[in-house]
Amino acid sequence: MTATATSARSDLSELGRSETALRTFLHGLPGVDQVGAEQRAAQLGTRSIKTTAKAQAIDLAIRMVDLTTLEGADTPGKVRALAAKALRPDPADPSCPHVGAVCVYPAMVPHVAEVLRGSGVHLASVATAFPSGQAPLEVKLADTRAAVAAGADEIDMVINRGAFLAGRYQEVYDEIVATKQACGDAHLKVILETGELATYDNVRRASWLAMLAGGDFIKTSTGKVPVAATLPVTLVMLEAVRDFRAATGRQVGVKPAGGIKTTKDAIKYLVMVNETVGGDWLDPDWFRFGASSLLNDLLMQRTKLTTGVYSGPDYFTLD
Amino acid sequence: MIFEYAPAPESRAIVDLRPSYGLFIDGEFVAGEDLHKTVNPATEEVLAEVVWAGGAEVDRAVRAARTAYEKVWGPMPGRDRAKYLFRIARLVQERSRELAVLESLDNGKPIRESRDVDLPLVAAHFFYYAGWADKLSHAGFGPDPKPLGVAAQVIPWNFPLLMLAWKIAPALAAGNTVVLKPAETTPLTALLFAEICQQADLPAGVVNIVTGAGDTGRALVEHPGVDKVAFTGSTEVGKAIARSVAGTRKKVTLELGGKAANIVFDDAPVDQAVEGIVNGIFFNQGHVCCAGSRLLVQESVAEQVLESLKRRMALLRVGDPLDKNTDIGAINSAEQLARIRELSDAGAAEGAQRWSPPCELPERGFWFAPTIFTGVTQAHRVAREEIFGPVLSVLTFRTPAEAVEKANNTPYGLSAGIWTDKGSRILWMADRLRAGVVWANTFNKFDPTSPFGGYKESGYGREGGRHGLEGYLDV
Repeated sequence: MTATATSARSDLSELGRSETALRTFLHGLPGVDQVGAEQRAAQLGTRSIKTTAKAQAIDLAIRMVDLTTLEGADTPGKVRALAAKALRPDPADPSCPHVGAVCVYPAMVPHVAEVLRGSGVHLASVATAFPSGQAPLEVKLADTRAAVAAGADEIDMVINRGAFLAGRYQEVYDEIVATKQACGDAHLKVILETGELATYDNVRRASWLAMLAGGDFIKTSTGKVPVAATLPVTLVMLEAVRDFRAATGRQVGVKPAGGIKTTKDAIKYLVMVNETVGGDWLDPDWFRFGASSLLNDLLMQRTKLTTGVYSGPDYFTLD
Repeated sequence: MIFEYAPAPESRAIVDLRPSYGLFIDGEFVAGEDLHKTVNPATEEVLAEVVWAGGAEVDRAVRAARTAYEKVWGPMPGRDRAKYLFRIARLVQERSRELAVLESLDNGKPIRESRDVDLPLVAAHFFYYAGWADKLSHAGFGPDPKPLGVAAQVIPWNFPLLMLAWKIAPALAAGNTVVLKPAETTPLTALLFAEICQQADLPAGVVNIVTGAGDTGRALVEHPGVDKVAFTGSTEVGKAIARSVAGTRKKVTLELGGKAANIVFDDAPVDQAVEGIVNGIFFNQGHVCCAGSRLLVQESVAEQVLESLKRRMALLRVGDPLDKNTDIGAINSAEQLARIRELSDAGAAEGAQRWSPPCELPERGFWFAPTIFTGVTQAHRVAREEIFGPVLSVLTFRTPAEAVEKANNTPYGLSAGIWTDKGSRILWMADRLRAGVVWANTFNKFDPTSPFGGYKESGYGREGGRHGLEGYLDV
């Protein structure tokens, strides 16, 4: 058993050395039946999470939020406010946990770093010519290094979808490897931009590609194209990290991002994690939500559970 | 982290159970003498008492149906019959939560299934056949097809209300009146349906419900006043019915047992195939005539598929049928549980390897853990006999031709499933499988527009779709 696992491990590490080997491997992965995957995701969505389970899920979801602002209009003041909220999401309730991370553009990293220092809240920065990824590799790597130097300990990169869709897997792979190197100690989240990959087969292949190249997390979306995270896409990615760990022994995290706005949605994702990959992934180190408005809904539901009454949005901070 | 789902029970307060129910004859509930208890199989708690109808009561019901056929329902224009059927469909939707809770109480199936599968399909069947009532001339059976008269319908306990809908909706749409006998362990939703018929102002005698066991069914089927017999249930009883109506004018449709093959090829989408296997055999505790109870998996991927299947089975939540997170509910009766146990023990004794995920079963009630048998051959009883429970037999094959051969090597022929990414292979297989329904990359999918029925000892006649009208028309 150990011998098999070790040999499987070494086989996979060889894959990145040739385009042919990568292609053969990725196209040899079992297909995904669209109807079946969507049906399974919908079925998991019918789980009824109430009372104590709901309270547990809400606190976990808060700890998993990558509180995000990725706007051209972001200013030092805006991101500092967001970072303050990340530390104490509910000023009225000290028992409320802090979020997982704050996620901003590289230029905003220094301002956030000041606020978060020593807090345990991670600082994530998008990089590699986010969101399109359409820049020369040197520019993407410089972008990454700058973000890390400014204090980011997590980098959210975008894959080269153009190269992926054109079938140039080696190029995608090499870019991820180079970015991982540029990250140094920072964690690398690889954004697949599943809305542009279009098919679940592509999502599964891109997930494996990103994991083979050394990504610490695979992430669905930039939030900048019309289709962002969906339950079925996340299901396919969770199956990929599960199978990858079985094959290599290495655990990779998953981050759905974009379009997750309500507590109900977040709980559906947690149920899916629970019933696809299990408790090992039910931790902010292994599962995150890329979101902004989600946090306030979680807080409102949390307050409702503890006090029994709903309070309006005016009782929660905007950022 | 352990994420434990808190209990999420559906409230049973919505169901207003009476202590006892009479027979529904000629638009009214009629009291009877021979009272029997019906229990909740999850707790063995008594839910209500119902009458087991004797010969005289069956006779009354058939006469009421005859009168309603001759005086009211037969002469009524199709568009007016449609109005009643649409009304019933809407009432079923309006009262669907009540019906779903009652179905789960009486049958033991999880509320998730009665709520998300049974009830939506029940309403859909009535809506669908309501649409046919004024369009029979366009159904492909000639310019003005006539109904048969009085239909005797005997249904099983696995989908009590859904089987009622499959029987009553096409019969009424075609212009027949009916006497229906629900199964003795699951009479309650049929009686609630009788209340819905009253609520819909359905003319008296068009629908009659006589509760009871085998003797009631026999009296109904053998009644000389009946023009049509429709039965869903075991092959054994089906054969007895076929013998008893032989030589009479009665038209018969039978939907009987099955031992379906669910065939997984090496290029199948594995994760979805595993879902399909689970859905195929563990849906409704395996109390499904078209259940995929034989898994035929290509030898080259057998190990991988089995590993995934076991991992998935460990997630199945067995327990309180009314809990909204329950995947597998109670076995319907002590009798059925004994049969499942007997066949499973035979499987182990004949040398197959038995496996169940760790799961705690409630102490009271009738329960059986989801079970698979590996190392099964065609000669094993678990591969040949219908178990009608959450028990899967796993066999392997090497080539498509061998898969077809093994799949067809059974006296049954109700359904089959094929899992492969190759479209041409699906068509090649479907041509060769002797089964009434062949599902490709899915399983247990039902729709009122789609005909359903068997080959060989799985019965004859079709239910559902345009084809389902034929059994209720004089053609």
